[in-house]
Amino acid sequence: MKEKEGNKKGKQLSSVSRREFIKGLGAGALGTAALSGGIIALKEAEAHPAEESLEEGIKIPLRLKINGIRYKVEVEPRYTLVDVIRDQLQLTGTKKACDRGECGACTVLLDGKPVYSCMTLAITAAGRDIMTIEGLASGEELHPIQQAFLENDAFQCGFCTSGQIMAVNGLLKQNLNPSREEARNALAGNICRCGTYTRILEATLDASQRLRKGGGNRG
Amino acid sequence: MKHHNYSIIGHRQPAVDAASKATGQAQYTVDIQLPGMLWGKILRSKYPHARILNIDTSKAEKLAGIKAVITHKDTLGKKFGFVRNTADQYPLAVDKVRYIGDEIAAVAAVAEDVAEEALALIRVDYEVLPAVFDPLEAIDPEAPLIHDGQNNISARLAWEFGNVEEGFGESDFVRQDTFYTQPVNHCPLEPHACVASFEPPDHLTVWASTQGVFYLRNQLSRTLDMPISNIRVIRPQVGGAFGGKIELFPFNVCAAILSQKTGKPVKIVCTREEVFTATRCRHPMIIHLKTGVKKDGALVAVQARIILDGGAYNSTGPVATYLAGAFLCLPLKARNIKYEGFRVYTNKPVCGAQRGHAVPQIRFAIESQLDIIAETLGLDPIELHLKNAVQTGDVTLNKQVITSCGFSECLEKIKAQRSPALPEGKGIGFATCAFVSGATYHLFFTTEAFANAIIQANEDGTVSLITGVADIGQGSDTVLAMITAEELGIGVKDIKLITADTDLTPYDWGSGSSRVTYQAGNATKMAAAQVKKLLLEAVSHELDVYPEELVARDGRIFVRDRPEKGISFAEAVSLAQKSTGGEPIIGQGEFQPQEAKVNLQSGEGNTSPAYSFGAQLAQVEIDKELGKVKVTKMVVAHDCGLAINPMAIEGQIEGSIAMGHGQALYEELIQEKGQTLNADFINYRLPTARDVPEVETMLVESVDPGGPYGAKESGEGIIVSTIPAIANAISNATGGRIHSLPLTPEKLLKALEQKTK
Ligand code: FES
Ligand code: FES
Repeated sequence: MKEKEGNKKGKQLSSVSRREFIKGLGAGALGTAALSGGIIALKEAEAHPAEESLEEGIKIPLRLKINGIRYKVEVEPRYTLVDVIRDQLQLTGTKKACDRGECGACTVLLDGKPVYSCMTLAITAAGRDIMTIEGLASGEELHPIQQAFLENDAFQCGFCTSGQIMAVNGLLKQNLNPSREEARNALAGNICRCGTYTRILEATLDASQRLRKGGGNRG
Repeated sequence: MKHHNYSIIGHRQPAVDAASKATGQAQYTVDIQLPGMLWGKILRSKYPHARILNIDTSKAEKLAGIKAVITHKDTLGKKFGFVRNTADQYPLAVDKVRYIGDEIAAVAAVAEDVAEEALALIRVDYEVLPAVFDPLEAIDPEAPLIHDGQNNISARLAWEFGNVEEGFGESDFVRQDTFYTQPVNHCPLEPHACVASFEPPDHLTVWASTQGVFYLRNQLSRTLDMPISNIRVIRPQVGGAFGGKIELFPFNVCAAILSQKTGKPVKIVCTREEVFTATRCRHPMIIHLKTGVKKDGALVAVQARIILDGGAYNSTGPVATYLAGAFLCLPLKARNIKYEGFRVYTNKPVCGAQRGHAVPQIRFAIESQLDIIAETLGLDPIELHLKNAVQTGDVTLNKQVITSCGFSECLEKIKAQRSPALPEGKGIGFATCAFVSGATYHLFFTTEAFANAIIQANEDGTVSLITGVADIGQGSDTVLAMITAEELGIGVKDIKLITADTDLTPYDWGSGSSRVTYQAGNATKMAAAQVKKLLLEAVSHELDVYPEELVARDGRIFVRDRPEKGISFAEAVSLAQKSTGGEPIIGQGEFQPQEAKVNLQSGEGNTSPAYSFGAQLAQVEIDKELGKVKVTKMVVAHDCGLAINPMAIEGQIEGSIAMGHGQALYEELIQEKGQTLNADFINYRLPTARDVPEVETMLVESVDPGGPYGAKESGEGIIVSTIPAIANAISNATGGRIHSLPLTPEKLLKALEQKTK
């Protein structure tokens, strides 16, 4: 049996590359994946430039406000927020573990709500308030959520931690006094392979208490 | 249970790197960006078995932004492997590809997606060969040969202690079963990654998400034919490993060669799909098990014949095959044991080490079968285990020396926790484990000690702990800092860690086989003791007392009976330096296990310098209509020796249980004709916050005479008993017995159907 064939597909193995996937979709179909109760809700994307710019890789200027700081970047419309944050702005606290909206490592807050930044096109974040893990502590002083994670030993390898903390932050912005069950559901979209879930839940409830005492979550 | 007077050891200590992780400052390999850095990508085989006729890279080379394309011609064509004498994998395929995912070529480009596009332009002409996926078919002499010139048995080990045939003859009851386990992936959240930077004329620096920098250096040196001293391997933070980052991978070698060719640093980060399909997975096993007991449950004979499905290459195969046999009985004793393990090549992703390394599979089988036996004979499974429990001072049939053992105490504690009668639909299951505290054998032939540490005291009252240990998230840096702080009487915050850099730190074997606390802990304690000796001598002259009268604690060195008479640790360091004319105050320690050759052929030898033990109860609730299982609680009793950092140990136990929960109930790589169908987190489901059960941990601290402060293994071994405890609980609740992992609703419904027939 002989078979001669070039390796024509855009990517090794079986999956389709992000670039091809987005090319195939054309504009408009891929948008912000908002996290709610661990379920990914796909929202219609805001309008973004036409397909030619995708094909030719034309970069457009974009203004992003991250942790209260304004950045000017040049992006192709297909760039995801996580890649712009990590590769262009070197804010590497936000992690990328699946790049497919399946793990939560890349969770950031967009206008106060947790989103998977690997499922969010950078251009759709223009003009909105983006918050990453780097924006949480004020100077040397840890945010109460971070302090609660530390004291409850709520991580091992730490690779999921930024995403977990941002998911908790999002929860405690909406609900300062969540039940254990509510916290569990809110965090179900963030995988921790080290299995620190119980401690993350403890840290969440601990943080909510600290924040209530301190008069709210301003993180 | 406080049975000692340590100021640091035994206390709950947050991790030394906690703040950097909580603020996102911790740097992982995937976070590294260097000036001029290029992105590398690997072209992988799309056939499970094929001869490579030709590789045409000309089009890819012309793509704008591509800086280099390499194939096997750019490598030295040297094979590598976890165990040196069974090396069978090339950095890039030379003549054949043996599984879907096998490495064929690599590219370096200015951006990740450009590199990806270049892969599409590489033309490979294959001659597709017949492939074999089932290990039982692969054993057949007529099966296609995966490695030319040898049959498909990658490792075979066999031994017998006593005489099992006679043992079965003497037994009152003999039970025979076959069990099956599934392939699962480690799924570390940080994908496998490295950055390689070649500096002319002959120096290479590699940052890698790895469990062992020296192991990686050794393997790179052999594959690239470079002296070890020309290669520097550095471990940034590691985002999880679980055994899956213990080896060299072809992409490490490719990054190095691409960097040499381009003169630029090259970064390769595996995609999640690559992590799933082209790194390693846990060995699936077919386990034929026969056990003979007396009426009272005394184990007379145990016989196992195991087929390990190894995938395309050896990886840790011989070690896995050995461990499955070595832990056939421990933590129990039997009078006669026979073992035969075959590890078989198939045209599938490669299997290697994973948390528990081959022991969870065998223990699933044994603990399930013992549960069946206990039920059949009307015995209490805990009593059955107590009857056969190994004890301190025992030497097992295969010559494992039990230096400390709290196993019976674990059993008693678990027994006390067992709730008597359970309502319909609820069940309780029990299982046990034993595991190593590091190995006694060296895998790469070096004269260096297994673990080393250097400690230098600084005149500001801090000390630098310099060690090759690679913390992979399990908290070993914290444990070593605690040991240093305890010995020197200073705070954990006073310990500056310089770790896991082959140019700066002394040799260490790496984070594998649960060895760091025991082995590097001993080396660290020894180094700290030397520093303390130098300081006490200097202080004794100053205070005009004998060194033996002095104590180092709470940042001071003082006279034991007159605590007010003393000086600060910082002053002591200056004093000691002054007294030697400014010599650095340095201590040095190493750990080398006793000569304990494990003979793979006979199966004899002491696998580890110390063994941990554990017992677990799983409580489940079953929806009999749907076959759905909910694990409501796990109770664990764990003999980990003296618990140096109880908080971290409990975390490790919870981690083992979370992973065990997934692997018991739903995790499974679905492979069809060598193709993995669920290489993502949606279709390969991992435990989430909604799944994990409540965990109650009881630590049994049998102080080990050889461990630092009496410490042993913890955190890895517990997964071994989690899986069978859940299996036994399901059976307890429903009466249905499932012989294969994972324990899915479909299988449970089928088992219940069979029961009612
Ligand atoms: S990296 Fe975005 S969800 Fe996994
Ligand atoms: S701490 Fe390692 S993945 Fe969560």
